[in-house]
Amino acid sequence: MTKVYVDNRPFEVRPDQCMLQACLTLGFDLPYFCWHPALGSVGACRQCAVKQYKDENDKKGRIVMSCMTPVAEGLRISIHDPEVVAFRAAIIEGLMESHPHDCPVCDEGGECHLQDMTVMTGHNYRRYRFNKRTFRNQDLGPFVNHEMNRCIQCYRCVRYYREYAGGRDLKEFSMRNQVYFGRYEDGTLENEFAGNLVEICPTGVFTDKTLKRHYTRKWDLQFAPSICVHCGLGCNTSPGERYGSLRRIVNRYHGELNGYFLCDRGRFSYEFVNSERRVRQPLLRQDNGLRPTSKAAVLDRLKSILAFGKVLGIGSPRASLEANFALRALVGAERFFAGTAPAEQRLTSLMLQILREGPARTPSLHEIELSDAVLILGEDVTQTAPRMALALRQSVRQQTFQIAEKLKIPLWLDHAVREAVQEEKGPLFIAAPYVTRLDDVARETYRAAPQEIARLGFAVAHALDGSAPEVAGLSEELRNLAGRVAQALRDAKRPLVVSGPSLNSESVIYAAANVASALCRAGKPAGLSFTTPECNSVGLNLMGARPLAEAMEAAQKGEVEALVILENDLYRRAPRQQVDALLKGAKHVIVLDSLLTPTASQAEIVLPAGTFAESDGTLVNNEGRAQRFFQVFVPQGDIRESWRWLREMMIAAGRREAAALETLDHVDEALAQALPALAAVTKAAPSASFREAGAKIPRAPHRYSGRTAMHANINVSEPKPPDDPDSPLSFSMEGYPDQPPSPLIPFFWSPAWNSIQAVNKFQEEIAGPLRGGDPGVRLIEPTPGSEANGAYRGAPPEAFSVREEERFFVPLYHIFGSEELSQQAPAVAELIPKPYIAIATEDAARLQLKEGDEAEVRLNGSTQRLAIRLREEMPKGLAGLPVGLPGVETVELPAWGKITRV
Amino acid sequence: MEKVLTKNIQPDLPYVDVKAYEATGGYQGLRKALGMTPAEVVEVVKQSNLRGRGGAGFPTGMKWSFVPMGADAPRPKYLVANADEMEPGTFKDRLLMEGDPHQLVEGMAVAAYAIQADVAYIFLRGEYLFSAERLRRAIAEAYENHYLGKNILGSGYSLEMYIHLSAGRYMCGEETGLLNALEGKRANPRTKPPYPQVSGLFGKPTIVQNVETLCNVPHIVKNGADWFKSLSYTQDGGTKIYGASGKVKRPGLWELPMGTTIREILEVHAGGMQDGVRFRGLLPGGASTDFLVEEHLDVKMDFTEVAKVGSRMGTGTMIILDNQTCPVGMVRNLEHFFAQESCGWCTPCWSGLNWAEKALTALEEGQGQPADLEHLSFICNLCAPGNTFCALAPGAVEPLQSALKYFREDFDRHIAEKRCPWSSQ
Repeated sequence: MTKVYVDNRPFEVRPDQCMLQACLTLGFDLPYFCWHPALGSVGACRQCAVKQYKDENDKKGRIVMSCMTPVAEGLRISIHDPEVVAFRAAIIEGLMESHPHDCPVCDEGGECHLQDMTVMTGHNYRRYRFNKRTFRNQDLGPFVNHEMNRCIQCYRCVRYYREYAGGRDLKEFSMRNQVYFGRYEDGTLENEFAGNLVEICPTGVFTDKTLKRHYTRKWDLQFAPSICVHCGLGCNTSPGERYGSLRRIVNRYHGELNGYFLCDRGRFSYEFVNSERRVRQPLLRQDNGLRPTSKAAVLDRLKSILAFGKVLGIGSPRASLEANFALRALVGAERFFAGTAPAEQRLTSLMLQILREGPARTPSLHEIELSDAVLILGEDVTQTAPRMALALRQSVRQQTFQIAEKLKIPLWLDHAVREAVQEEKGPLFIAAPYVTRLDDVARETYRAAPQEIARLGFAVAHALDGSAPEVAGLSEELRNLAGRVAQALRDAKRPLVVSGPSLNSESVIYAAANVASALCRAGKPAGLSFTTPECNSVGLNLMGARPLAEAMEAAQKGEVEALVILENDLYRRAPRQQVDALLKGAKHVIVLDSLLTPTASQAEIVLPAGTFAESDGTLVNNEGRAQRFFQVFVPQGDIRESWRWLREMMIAAGRREAAALETLDHVDEALAQALPALAAVTKAAPSASFREAGAKIPRAPHRYSGRTAMHANINVSEPKPPDDPDSPLSFSMEGYPDQPPSPLIPFFWSPAWNSIQAVNKFQEEIAGPLRGGDPGVRLIEPTPGSEANGAYRGAPPEAFSVREEERFFVPLYHIFGSEELSQQAPAVAELIPKPYIAIATEDAARLQLKEGDEAEVRLNGSTQRLAIRLREEMPKGLAGLPVGLPGVETVELPAWGKITRV
Repeated sequence: MEKVLTKNIQPDLPYVDVKAYEATGGYQGLRKALGMTPAEVVEVVKQSNLRGRGGAGFPTGMKWSFVPMGADAPRPKYLVANADEMEPGTFKDRLLMEGDPHQLVEGMAVAAYAIQADVAYIFLRGEYLFSAERLRRAIAEAYENHYLGKNILGSGYSLEMYIHLSAGRYMCGEETGLLNALEGKRANPRTKPPYPQVSGLFGKPTIVQNVETLCNVPHIVKNGADWFKSLSYTQDGGTKIYGASGKVKRPGLWELPMGTTIREILEVHAGGMQDGVRFRGLLPGGASTDFLVEEHLDVKMDFTEVAKVGSRMGTGTMIILDNQTCPVGMVRNLEHFFAQESCGWCTPCWSGLNWAEKALTALEEGQGQPADLEHLSFICNLCAPGNTFCALAPGAVEPLQSALKYFREDFDRHIAEKRCPWSSQ
């Protein structure tokens, strides 16, 4: 630690930072614009000026930018010196020269960093009396709204978009006071993390276009701490609601996971909660159709169905631990089946076994960012675990920091570092069957069939450690590549292997595990990160469930009286005929879901399940971190948590013990007791009885308006706020006025900090962990001592050989399109590709197919007609079928299939 | 008086080819330098008190001494000639490049040798097509005669030289903005430190040096530091190319001993003011320097003496203000230029210069208010050195702050009369 003086008071601060960051960590209100904790210092806006003094006798001092001033022993600065106070006021006056002052009609109003900083510096009177500069705005696509007149030229947007996120289609144009931040021409922003512009922009230039359709001020929203449900990473979010509809999602900082940023799928998919396809009442099949019915009637019906026994339950990787556990409790552990594709369940189990046995540990996203050499085996991370791609994009900078360190450039001095480093990148190797969105920062890419990707992995492990299995018949090209990868990983301080189940290949996972093991044996603290497909894939797997195929067999044998399907569209898990057979094989099909899915449409009874926004529960991410999400609002009608419905079903079935499962805490306690692997879930967040100073934590900001009037059209008496038996949060603006424990932060707000940058006040140190530690509890750590006997796993597969008549189909993923719930969000839906099959250009020529042609695909017993898309980079003999895309049938992949021209 | 830099330059600017250049001692400096160690070359330049002629006057030898040397030094290293002469009123480098291009080539070769650069660029103002043509010819001749390329004159030292024509922005003349432009990026200035000597072009050690500075180098090496110092009337060594524009009898450029007085330049060399007009003031070294007035005419033009009276020698090419020209209009014209050329990076510059331009335009149009004058002073303070990211804005407000000091009554008249007193009405 280093001693510095701020206005003559001594403080101990970390030396590897600038004075602005140090001052913010110390709690000072020092205004800034161009600086961002994730982007570092560039010295553009000049807003964070302070006085620096030579020594204690220096009374005059000189104005310096705190963001450009390194912490140094004995450094003396003043924030409150009148001259520098006046300077900061002059800067904001300049920034505001052409600002339209349209706060009342600006979506940023009330959570605007520019408003906050303007108030903080005391600028309150407009002296600039000349014409303002004006701009024409652009249509940037369905997510981000553009209003350039509000711009204050802080450059954060382009620095984030281009330098941090790797986007290319947003740029600064022109100069003087007329710099234009936009695209070359109108069009959807290409980058998958463009939505973060909404939070990066300190004012209302980039705002959430989806929010615009149902706009509400931040202070009028009701929030809850939540977890994203659109992939397996478990990014923390803060969804906001008003009048019973979800209005938007913003990032909820988590030092180990998402940090300051979300992906666009995570941010803009919330509108499925408001979907027309929501099930809002119990539905009962009558006269060959599903008709709304009363809760009492449906429970009555369930009572008679459940009375016969032989009830099978199908769980879900997108339902909470509590919901899955309640289903398991209803049907019994031996009749609880995993609602996942067979391969997915097998591979998830395998990945978890590997992570539990070690020796490699699975890193957090933050640790992934800090990795200095990475091998990705068989994942297009941007499409399958998007936020991880943003973390990996930062990892290629790690080794290049040595260049800057040699030149004594502090790493936070962002542009100086980038100018010194230029185009140098650390080692990132990507092996995938196709182009991925990280290829632009990869040192080398290897595009091949899954078998070859696995062989590369095995070859790397063997190159690292001769005792790892050798790959027979390895080409010289592959052997050399493996050697280069092995060298880069061996030379690194914090090497990382990334893989996952996306190619449905055990060999790929074994190969990844072996590379990590070989590195660990060589004494490297190697990380091994697997993506997981859904928000609770890991949780469901840890719970233990029988494979879906066995449920199908039982149904075929006529052994199923009733089938209870939890939050799951089985048509996405298995081929149509198999699911049809399963549903027809059961006498009674009961579905609990939030959306009327194809599966729910086949049911006899559909129960309206709450989405993440209407439920509390726990999810386990790919890292094995159990995290609690909390109900954002109380839904109208009969929508309730799945686990509550299941409890009612148990009670209806005469299971008295279920009566005790009254609240989420009760369910978690029962779960922890029944399933030792999940015992820690009770520690994921404080229980419902938790109070701060005797009060609950308010979900709404204290300025929340109109509570007494918002239901006046129904009843002029203000209703009592709903009770929440499941959490220490209140559905109100009343409660504990200060900072709650980190898992219970519904939104970031602090006096004078209305924008999301109020997070500064919630962190132990800026860009570090939240006060009291980041939320969640890790359930998976390598077993101590297993390193010694951590044998290499699996065997290298046979080499891939091209067939004359058939193509080897691999799954393709789309950030917008492959995930089920996000498809129902209108903004995301605009970006979903049309159904297609991808083939190598070389093969297309032989099949006389060209882009856009319709072709028939026969694959694993299914026949589909799809448009052809040519992929220049795909290796010969391979083809790709998009997974989960509307209009594409579910097929088990990879598989050989035949393409014929129509 | 001995002419050093301009001795080969004739009024009609014939091309001085390599033979003609050699005939007057050309490339002797390079030959001598190649027989010295790089450190010795740096030392003689240091001893000569040569200071950068681009305007800032930084000691050249000292700048070179910051470049990492030896086997561990990052490679390639670069030397860049800043030939982006965009300072209003300044046209001295153009004369040197058009009139005697080999002198620049030789100067660059010597400087590059001193820092052991591998590649040299001439970053040339985009409009200087004639200079480009002549320099291309000179570079080609230099390659043919082994003054450039591999193993120069058998010394083992190699240097490649390229011309880069600027796409044209004032900011490209700022040394780090220039480096960004040379890399194909926006000409925004860079964070300093690190200085280009350590992390410059493409992140490698780089020296950026003005054309006139480089042209002095071969002569210093050839004739020694003492000779160079003896050319000058003052501490700052050498000769200086001075210029004058405005309503003088003979506007032009003259190579004179460093430290020649303003009066001599104005009255002897420029021939004094045109008949019927009176001198009111001058910008001593381009648009981004403070006005000087009558009382300063006996000041010696060098880096030290001009600074003592609150201005800067800058490029040494003076712009003269006369009594028939409105000082407010002149300053408005300059601030329009600077506001337009602000890269838009730091707030004081892009917002302050815009405001200044708008306020001065209002004054000129008879719309001025007393508060505008207060605010113009305010902007001058806002854009003080240290408050901004680079030197553009501090330079931009120099003519403004000094005009407010020396011509305040003219500003006041614009407000009182609600019009420009120099306008035709």
